[in-house]
Amino acid sequence: MQNWHLWLVPLLPLVGCAINGLLGRRFSHGVIKAIALGFPGLSMVWAWYIALSAQLPYIEDHFTWIRAGNFSVDFAFQLDQLSLVMMLVVTTVGFLIHIYATGYMEHEGGYYRFFSYLNLFMFFMLMLVLADNYLMMFVGWEGVGLASYLLIGFFFLRDSAAAAGKKAFIVNRIGDFSFLIALFLLIQHFGTLKYTEVFEKISHLPAETTGIGLLTIIGLCMLGGATGKSAQIPLYVWLPDAMEGPTPVSALIHAATMVTAGVYMVCRSHAVFDRAPTALMVVAIIGTLTAFFAATIAVTQHDIKRVLAYSTVSQLGYMFAAAGVAAYSAAMFHLMTHAFFKALLFLAAGSVIHGLSGEQDMRKMGGLRKDLPWTFWTMTMATLAISGMPFFSGFFSKDMILFNTFTSPFGSKWFWGILLFTAFLTAFYMFRQWFLTFFGEFRGKPAEVHGGHHEHQGQEKHGHHGHAHESPMVMVLPLAALAILSVVGGLVGVPGHDSFGKFLAPVFSQYSEGLPAAAVSGGETAAEAPAGAEHAAPATHHEDESLEYTLMGMAICTFLLGVGLAWYLYVKRPDLPGKIAGNLRGLHHAVENKYFVDEFYGAVIVQPLIKGSTFILWKTIDAALIDGTVNETAHAAGDVSNQFRKMQSGNMRSYAGWVALGAAAVIVFMVWMRGAR
Amino acid sequence: MVHVSYYLALSAILFSCGVLGFLIKRNIITIFMSIELMLNAVNLSFVAFASYWHALSGQVFVFFVMVVAAAEASVGLAIIIAVFRTRETLNPDRVNLLKL
Repeated sequence: MQNWHLWLVPLLPLVGCAINGLLGRRFSHGVIKAIALGFPGLSMVWAWYIALSAQLPYIEDHFTWIRAGNFSVDFAFQLDQLSLVMMLVVTTVGFLIHIYATGYMEHEGGYYRFFSYLNLFMFFMLMLVLADNYLMMFVGWEGVGLASYLLIGFFFLRDSAAAAGKKAFIVNRIGDFSFLIALFLLIQHFGTLKYTEVFEKISHLPAETTGIGLLTIIGLCMLGGATGKSAQIPLYVWLPDAMEGPTPVSALIHAATMVTAGVYMVCRSHAVFDRAPTALMVVAIIGTLTAFFAATIAVTQHDIKRVLAYSTVSQLGYMFAAAGVAAYSAAMFHLMTHAFFKALLFLAAGSVIHGLSGEQDMRKMGGLRKDLPWTFWTMTMATLAISGMPFFSGFFSKDMILFNTFTSPFGSKWFWGILLFTAFLTAFYMFRQWFLTFFGEFRGKPAEVHGGHHEHQGQEKHGHHGHAHESPMVMVLPLAALAILSVVGGLVGVPGHDSFGKFLAPVFSQYSEGLPAAAVSGGETAAEAPAGAEHAAPATHHEDESLEYTLMGMAICTFLLGVGLAWYLYVKRPDLPGKIAGNLRGLHHAVENKYFVDEFYGAVIVQPLIKGSTFILWKTIDAALIDGTVNETAHAAGDVSNQFRKMQSGNMRSYAGWVALGAAAVIVFMVWMRGAR
Repeated sequence: MVHVSYYLALSAILFSCGVLGFLIKRNIITIFMSIELMLNAVNLSFVAFASYWHALSGQVFVFFVMVVAAAEASVGLAIIIAVFRTRETLNPDRVNLLKL
């Protein structure tokens, strides 16, 4: 088989990271830019070249990394349809965001540091998606967590940023612990972590339709890891705080790529989940609930980035719901379109913030569509896409998820109903943001709003004309590119001839011997996929189609309702939202404060942990017990020595006396021993 | 023939006298004599055992001890004289320049 040098794809960004990280301090911005863009750019070009020409699946085994007894892990890369999609999304969207960031971060300190971290992230993310075993995936998994921590806390002089970085890191650790347990279980029961071998062994096991078996536990542990990384209930709390990072970071890591790692992991492990319906159901429930709750919170947020953060959590919930009804290709489809439009939304929001010199509060925006025409139009595309405007990318992917939750054997009308309502909320809060930002009158203070508040401390050099200014070309171009992707990206999965699903079908229909056919492939493709073909009679296929169009119609209705409501409340009657909030004060207060989940975690987990650590672990065990033992031993030794010191009086006769006494003692002892014998 | 135990008893008494003298006396010359007494008490037990076991090694050892004692006496007396010249005392407790 031809060697495609797949290792170049992840390693090139690492080279960029090393050069910029080690030497970047002395470079000019131009050199830093060239390195920061060049290596991920090469990586992207190489990724596309491989993607277009390589024979799939392709495995590239470099060397044995760890060997212990019968267990060994190879340093190897695997490229199949699933990792191919991820690789292209990561390199392409990542590269666009890199371009944007060179403009956005122009006036910030630590320019080289920022791009070094950003390239480091690309390296780990590509390791994660290209790994051919769970351990290498875990390395990437931890690595992106590290990069995320570094970048959230990039403005480390701000306390809130440093705290948000720590929060993200620690919350992720909880999930990683769970993921690690899943890996241990895999090693214990299957003796390997290589995907192909693990799944091959699992494929001989029966589905655990009743009770909780090994696969269910492994699946739940993996889900635990995924909830951490992908910000699902109960571990989603870190993502909104992660908005403290620079906006390109939010776009790249906390919207488009890293947070989707959990979805990728669940899809990658579909062999496990296919055989563990209980675990699947939990995935679907968590996904659905997260989608719904995060959407309700997004409705009440005022910070433009926080709306998007909760929207991300909510959309990730959609992906989990899709994965949870075994519609893996639908999950991956939404992952891809979401990467396009959510990255675009964040970048456009960043452009707005940039234009307003760091203002993030939507209540102080408004009427910006004339000042920021490019930003306005690209953001409009993204908003339409995420809200489910027909024929935009988000419409197809969300529709596929809704359809699958309705029809999949693992699905239920409840999931569908909640997700449909969430789609309405999504359209509502997205258009609320859109209207608040771009329509009506400008509500901020005119001219010098110079927030010492935010990242743009260096903004002063940036000549101000009026109150808002369009971003430079280097930021607008990525916006335009992503806007095109957001609009047309969904066409690969047009219902009826779902080429995206068909493309992924070889991955998701693998390892499915002995399973009910419907469980096998990503829902929509069930009719076409080879495994499902003989089971799906033509008649049901037609029924499916008409059902699909019905469901699609309802989705469009909810979209129109959401947009209409947003228009009515924020354009026609801008006085109404305040009144409604006033009438529902308790509810509004709870939702605006994110249901007090942070406070709840703080009171139930963090505070007891701090108290317990302080009073039990620190004061009692460490200070009193351990230190006490050590100190007391030292004191006792000192006291005894003080007594023995007196023997060394320097008096010759006393020494002689001791010698005589010792000799006498030896004699007595010998005589006594003699007698004892 | 006197039994060997009598020699040993005498040797033990002499040795104890030497030890006591060493511990009690403050004059370095007397202490020195006590050491000689102890050495000779040991010599006595050596020759007693030598005759008891009809073995020569005990007597040979006595000669070694005597040689050592002579050497020790010469060196020791030389030190005493040197100390006396500088410190003008024979009390070893007064020779305490190196003590804290």
